[in-house]
Amino acid sequence: MADYHWPPTDKCSLIGRRISRLDGPWKSSGRIKYSYDVNRPNMLHGKMVFSPYAHAKVVSIDTSAAEKMPGVKAVEIMTEPGKEVFWEGHEVVAIAAETEEQARDAARRIQIRYEKLPHLVSDAAPDKAGEHTKQLAEQTDGNPDQNLQQAEVVSEGEYGSSVITHCCLEAHGQVAEWDGDNLTMYASTQNVSGIPGELAKANIVTSADKVRVLTPVMGGGFGSKFGADTWGLACARLAKKAGRPVKMMLERDQELMAAGARPSMYAKVKVGAKKDGTLVGWASESWGTGGPDAQGGAPNLPYVVRIPDRRVRHTAVLTNIGPARAWRAPNHPQMCVITMSALEDLAAKIGMDPLDLFQKNIQMTGQLAKTYSAELEKAAELMDWKKKWHPRGDKAPGPIKKGLGLSIHTWGGAGHPSNCNCTIQPDGSVEVSLGSQDLGTGTRTVIGIITAETMGLPLEAVKVNIGDSKYPADGASGGSTTVGGVSSSTRRAATAALNQLLEKVAPSLSAQPDDLEAVDGQIRVKGNPSKAIPWKQACAKLGTSPITAAGQRQRGNDDLISSGVGGAQMAEVSVDTETGIVHVDKLVAVQDCGLVIDLKTAESQVYGALIMGITYSLFEEKIMDEQTGRCLNADLEFYKLAGIGDFGDIVVHMMTGPGYDERGVIGLGEPPVVSPGAAISNAVANAIGVRVPTIPLTPDKVLAALEKGAVA
Amino acid sequence: MTKQNDPKDPEHSSKEENKKKGGLRRRDFVKLVGGTGVAATAQALAGHTLASAATTMPEVVGSGKVIGPGPVAMTLRINGEAKKLAVEPRVTLLDALRNHLDLTAAKKVCDRGTCGACTIIVNGKPVYSCSVLAIDVADHDGKPGADIRTIEGLAPEGKLHAVSASFVDNDAQQCGFCTPGFVMSCKAYLDSHRNPTVEEVKQALGGNLCRCGTYLGVRNAVVQAAMTMKGGRA
Repeated sequence: MADYHWPPTDKCSLIGRRISRLDGPWKSSGRIKYSYDVNRPNMLHGKMVFSPYAHAKVVSIDTSAAEKMPGVKAVEIMTEPGKEVFWEGHEVVAIAAETEEQARDAARRIQIRYEKLPHLVSDAAPDKAGEHTKQLAEQTDGNPDQNLQQAEVVSEGEYGSSVITHCCLEAHGQVAEWDGDNLTMYASTQNVSGIPGELAKANIVTSADKVRVLTPVMGGGFGSKFGADTWGLACARLAKKAGRPVKMMLERDQELMAAGARPSMYAKVKVGAKKDGTLVGWASESWGTGGPDAQGGAPNLPYVVRIPDRRVRHTAVLTNIGPARAWRAPNHPQMCVITMSALEDLAAKIGMDPLDLFQKNIQMTGQLAKTYSAELEKAAELMDWKKKWHPRGDKAPGPIKKGLGLSIHTWGGAGHPSNCNCTIQPDGSVEVSLGSQDLGTGTRTVIGIITAETMGLPLEAVKVNIGDSKYPADGASGGSTTVGGVSSSTRRAATAALNQLLEKVAPSLSAQPDDLEAVDGQIRVKGNPSKAIPWKQACAKLGTSPITAAGQRQRGNDDLISSGVGGAQMAEVSVDTETGIVHVDKLVAVQDCGLVIDLKTAESQVYGALIMGITYSLFEEKIMDEQTGRCLNADLEFYKLAGIGDFGDIVVHMMTGPGYDERGVIGLGEPPVVSPGAAISNAVANAIGVRVPTIPLTPDKVLAALEKGAVA
Repeated sequence: MTKQNDPKDPEHSSKEENKKKGGLRRRDFVKLVGGTGVAATAQALAGHTLASAATTMPEVVGSGKVIGPGPVAMTLRINGEAKKLAVEPRVTLLDALRNHLDLTAAKKVCDRGTCGACTIIVNGKPVYSCSVLAIDVADHDGKPGADIRTIEGLAPEGKLHAVSASFVDNDAQQCGFCTPGFVMSCKAYLDSHRNPTVEEVKQALGGNLCRCGTYLGVRNAVVQAAMTMKGGRA
């Protein structure tokens, strides 16, 4: 019988290789339909009317004029009079009409009276936020105060990162279509299996089984697309009222205002060490905003480098900047900026290379200490750190200053619950079905590779069915949990199906099922390639009875997967001290994630995370006007994303092989996006000799820091 | 905190000033905005004020004939085929393609000429189709309209153009929502630049944005596609 455990990677023909993503041709030919692209017969277009105020009470809504507009077929109140709206862009009314233009015209005729309420859109100073604060955590371990008093070197600083948005290129939204009591949702979602239950709970349908969610591909989520959302419910209701399918996608401004905001985090930090760099104490007062209801939780500082003696306190600032949603590695990039910046400042104060300071204290990183040490060493080699690094402040003449910075990070990434059905047909065809989704991470490809590897078939011989809630239930794609979940369930299902086939085939090879293996498109006796049957002939022995086997990610510990990764990154920057412009010349990432199934898409995940990291380090910020409470950059001209020419070289090295592969599959989506902010901020400090306290490192902040710090 | 009666507050633009401008939507908006705690507004969806102007001001074209604001019959020359449709004069080429012809590869992302996800090729040049009105590229006065090429016309279904194939090979796509726009920008660029360097590619594709961060793959894909296209495979 085939063993479900992972084969050694040197025995694999597909696992661990660089394989192009299965849906690549669908995407690069433009043929695949995203939710936004679905056009159903007789479909209407929905538009939302949203609050222009950051905080207000809806007093009254008059839709009578709008309902008389040409083409209008249905109206749905999303925020009833008497209820409050908590940010600009908060949805109030939805309307559906024959054409997008008619829906837009009609939306303008909806009259909403608001009672404006006080708002707060600044998270800069909790002491000025009055009652809009909530103390979330206070924790003291050991003797931080005493240790900091007695420390030979103490560094103090203030660090942080602003609120940013998810800015998915495919806006949030869906097409809803009814057939009697049954509802099909073509939804751009990270949670295909979870949406039906949510719609049933909201009484959109009488039971969850009446909903089918279809998401073959989706245009980015990054943590902001887990729920059906109010616009999903409204879209389904509009479609019901009109008796016709409705497409309702957010327009770009509302997407940036209302579809997710990454919580900010700032901290005043005091960190102490001996002269040799040994860390002895940490104290931090942190704050940040997770929207009006203080979502996002409290940070666990210091990050990764767990200084035993610490005192931490966190205050949530309740603001109307926007709704907090999980953003790729929730809280980690923010905690990382605070911690790694403080440690780099401390190293500078001691006059120590930060690489040496991190290695000196590596045991404080805990179980992964050896991994971090190896990753820092590898990153240093790829960056040529020892040759390039200089003490704070580039002494080279001219306005352009160069510098290096580093950071380390962690993430869990244990697989989520996952179920897979694998079917082998008598004609030899193989398919696997899971109610999972591919956000662009390579999930579909990973599932295909594992199935094909298990069956000893080429990747093209396997059909992967995902993105449909009628397939076996799978978890939401968040927290880097998908690859572990689907890898385990798929491997188990495929192995179980194969074993049923081996039992059928064994007699014709005069062998026991235990002696058989599936390799190179054949079922053969182990170690005896001459005793073999081609795959198709073997499957023909099934007669008229296909095989279906189920696989499930095991509860608790599952020996195909695990969790907990490290990762080290190093940045090299050039800073123009006359304009304040920062350019990332080179970024190096060394990343572990256990057993890599597809090296190509895994590397792409890391490349992408680094570029996303450069973007949030240098450009991204949700800019709010304190007077009006409005977002000043709810468009792509001023909500800046890095372009193809906005950075230099990127080097990615995946830690694989002995010591890594046997840990099984671990998620990769989050970890590499954690460190860029800290590594780049540290590199800028190293270049110009002063700390720019918060990211994004925009030219105004760089110039202000230079003026304050008076660099040589 | 909110301040009342702040003259700098955009909600308090004077009624007089807006009467002069004469824009119906703007005036409605201002008329209904109160200066006290209770305010009302006819909602405007930001970013589409230009389109609304078209509904109140009939468009006059070359022949002197007044057309619109209702749907106008027109013919677009797309991928070598004449496509007939009837859309309002304010409808963008992007919306005409996506909503009326089911050619949905060109994506709507920023809808205002910034991100490049809607890039198609018109008369041999890459354009943001969100920033072109369909009527402006349609047949006109008996003369054929512009030559419009979308990614759907690059290769027959089931086949890949060299540029698309190089995007697959170099994994120059993740979620893939920006990819059709990138492929079309790349195709238009390579049609006139046979030997691009990576530095040139950084300039040439600066008008397309990706959120997943696939730019490294794109840089390599363009260079590979250039080699393939020179080799006569496309």
